[in-house]
Amino acid sequence: MLERIKQMVIKEFIQIFRDKRMKAIVFVIPLIQTMVFGYAVTTDVNNIPTAFYDLDRSSESRALARRFEASGYFRITNTPGSPAEIRDLLDRGKVTMALQVNRGFSEDLKKNRNAAVQILFDGTDSNTATVAIDYANRIVKEYAKDLSSSAPDASEAIDLRPRSWYNPELKSKNYNVPGVIAMVIMLTSLLLTSMAVVREREIGTMEQLMVTPLKPIELILGKTIPFALIAFFDMALITVFGVIIFDIPVRGPILLLPVSTAIYLLSVLGVGLFISTIAKTQQQALMATFLFYMPAVLLSGFMFPVENMPEVFQYITYVNPLRYFLVIIRGIFLKGNGIGILWPQMLSLLVLGLVVMTVSSLRFRKRL
Amino acid sequence: MKLIRIKAVAKKELIQIWRDPLSLAMAFLMPVMLLFIFGYAITLDVNNIRTVIYDMDNSSLSRELVAEFRESGYFRVIENIYAQKEIDKYIDSGKAIAAISIPQNFSKKIRKGENTELQVIVDGSDSNTATIALGYISAITGKYSQKVDGRNIKIAIDPRIRVWYNPELKSKNFIIPGLIAVIMAVIAALLTSLTFAREWERGTMEQLISTPVKTYELIAGKLLPYFLIGFIDVAMSVMLAKILFGVPLKGSPFLLMILSSIFIFGGLTMGILISIIARSQLVASQVAMIATFLPAFLLSGFMFAISNMPRPLQIITHFIPAKYFVTILKGIFLKGSPFKLLLIETTVLSVFGLLVFVLANNKFKKRIV
Repeated sequence: MLERIKQMVIKEFIQIFRDKRMKAIVFVIPLIQTMVFGYAVTTDVNNIPTAFYDLDRSSESRALARRFEASGYFRITNTPGSPAEIRDLLDRGKVTMALQVNRGFSEDLKKNRNAAVQILFDGTDSNTATVAIDYANRIVKEYAKDLSSSAPDASEAIDLRPRSWYNPELKSKNYNVPGVIAMVIMLTSLLLTSMAVVREREIGTMEQLMVTPLKPIELILGKTIPFALIAFFDMALITVFGVIIFDIPVRGPILLLPVSTAIYLLSVLGVGLFISTIAKTQQQALMATFLFYMPAVLLSGFMFPVENMPEVFQYITYVNPLRYFLVIIRGIFLKGNGIGILWPQMLSLLVLGLVVMTVSSLRFRKRL
Repeated sequence: MKLIRIKAVAKKELIQIWRDPLSLAMAFLMPVMLLFIFGYAITLDVNNIRTVIYDMDNSSLSRELVAEFRESGYFRVIENIYAQKEIDKYIDSGKAIAAISIPQNFSKKIRKGENTELQVIVDGSDSNTATIALGYISAITGKYSQKVDGRNIKIAIDPRIRVWYNPELKSKNFIIPGLIAVIMAVIAALLTSLTFAREWERGTMEQLISTPVKTYELIAGKLLPYFLIGFIDVAMSVMLAKILFGVPLKGSPFLLMILSSIFIFGGLTMGILISIIARSQLVASQVAMIATFLPAFLLSGFMFAISNMPRPLQIITHFIPAKYFVTILKGIFLKGSPFKLLLIETTVLSVFGLLVFVLANNKFKKRIV
């Protein structure tokens, strides 16, 4: 039995890598995804392009503008000369924020009257806008406080001491890069497994396999083991890459990573097998894979926290293997969690994987 | 060029699509599913932040502060705890995202007019939620400290903030228009990237080659039926966005459909180019993923602001057609942009489409290798 599985795995590897480009693809896909997620998917808000419309032209108004720039969150890119120009800049999306200081600003300040600044936001990107509004508010308040700091005891009565754990600089990449492991494994294993089986059917070589003494269980193992190996390779690759290039911390027991990956693969390969029993052509396999993959990623907490979803969708996430694996993988990398904390996720993942694998294998055998 | 040959190829492709109702159904199901998920399930708005409170003071003032947090709607106090150690437990296990501890002499110091401190711990692993949560916390404590502070700090500058285009800052309005671009990029990649590769793999390409059909006629003919599917998908998505999700469509729907057609053409042709180069369905599917889906999803500015990306990546985004389409979609939907504001985007998309078509035409070798 072992010998037959081994031969099947060898055949499968030859078939995948006969096309030399596949070798490159197996390498390149995880690397590109790590790069893009590490660099691009930052929800960190900074360098907001800002228009500064200064009607006051005083040292005070310029000082305020400097505060905005010095914060690092805003970059003054335009200095429009009229309100119409502001409108135009915002319409074209050249700037996201416009800071307008009206005439009389410095005089009001000198006379100790309340002064006002006008701030306009492009709210299309609601997330950036929310964060930016908060920053703008703070900058203006701080400036005001410093101006009146000649008065004693001007500080706020409550001194806020915020600390963020695990990711003190609040960097998105620390959150995203470990997640990429889960995503890449899912997409690669799903696609390769489902397409590899369906291709045999499409080309007509499945009949040849069936006349060999291979048992169905051996066929299933032969069709999944190669992709499991590729998945492990991808995991190692992304981990090394993430640690070296992106400086991602690994705080937990690293050995837990391959163990939980193996458990995770049970469900992923199971779903891949399941798709292969439905799809007749590779086109169908590709589309079905995507039909599963997209909601799995979106409803996993990878980019959008599960607790913000409506309750119905939160229940759906309980059958999503990605959800559990993300908690495990982030726990290992960022929080230094061990099996003591992660066992509920690992157990759920194991149960889910066993169910999916059993159902798929039964269906697969029936279809042979 | 003979129109009749294009028609013949298109008809053949249409019959093939028709014979595969499962794929066709999925092509229409995909946009609906994505719109539903983004419309109902996903929001970037942060609320219901799970919070634990460690109130060592246990006074009316501290309870008032906790009430402020509760009533803000952003925080859900899940537990009152009574030991510092428990904070670790809650945050480590992810049961709570924020922990607020109020020191013992909190109310005493406030009454005396002294400064007091508030210890806040957030789980920073999700940096986005953490940033927003910290912003809320500082706003709430700021307001509270003004309320209880008799010394009346005079805030000399009053920031008057106005938000345009999306005044309620609903993430739905921001995401859904851009999502249409992502949907189209995915559909284009999934549908056309296999068409040529499939013919090669199944051996029917030889039959096509032996006919008098010219390369560009073959490409155009194969493109047409998928163009139709793509067009229906966009129309359907726009209607769903407007009717079901109430996303405002301020600009002209007619302009939207015209400009969408240009993008669909480019996207589908890109799929065909991939298919021609890859020749194997497995390779084509993988290449389509990195060449169309990922960039459209991550680098188009559909959800992740391009201005936040590092400079080299910002430059790369200029080469991603979906970026221009996202600008067009958001412009027409939310800002009601007229055509003249979208001229550059339209030009780029048209040039891209034609360029890829020519490239596909040149790459296709009408012979058996």
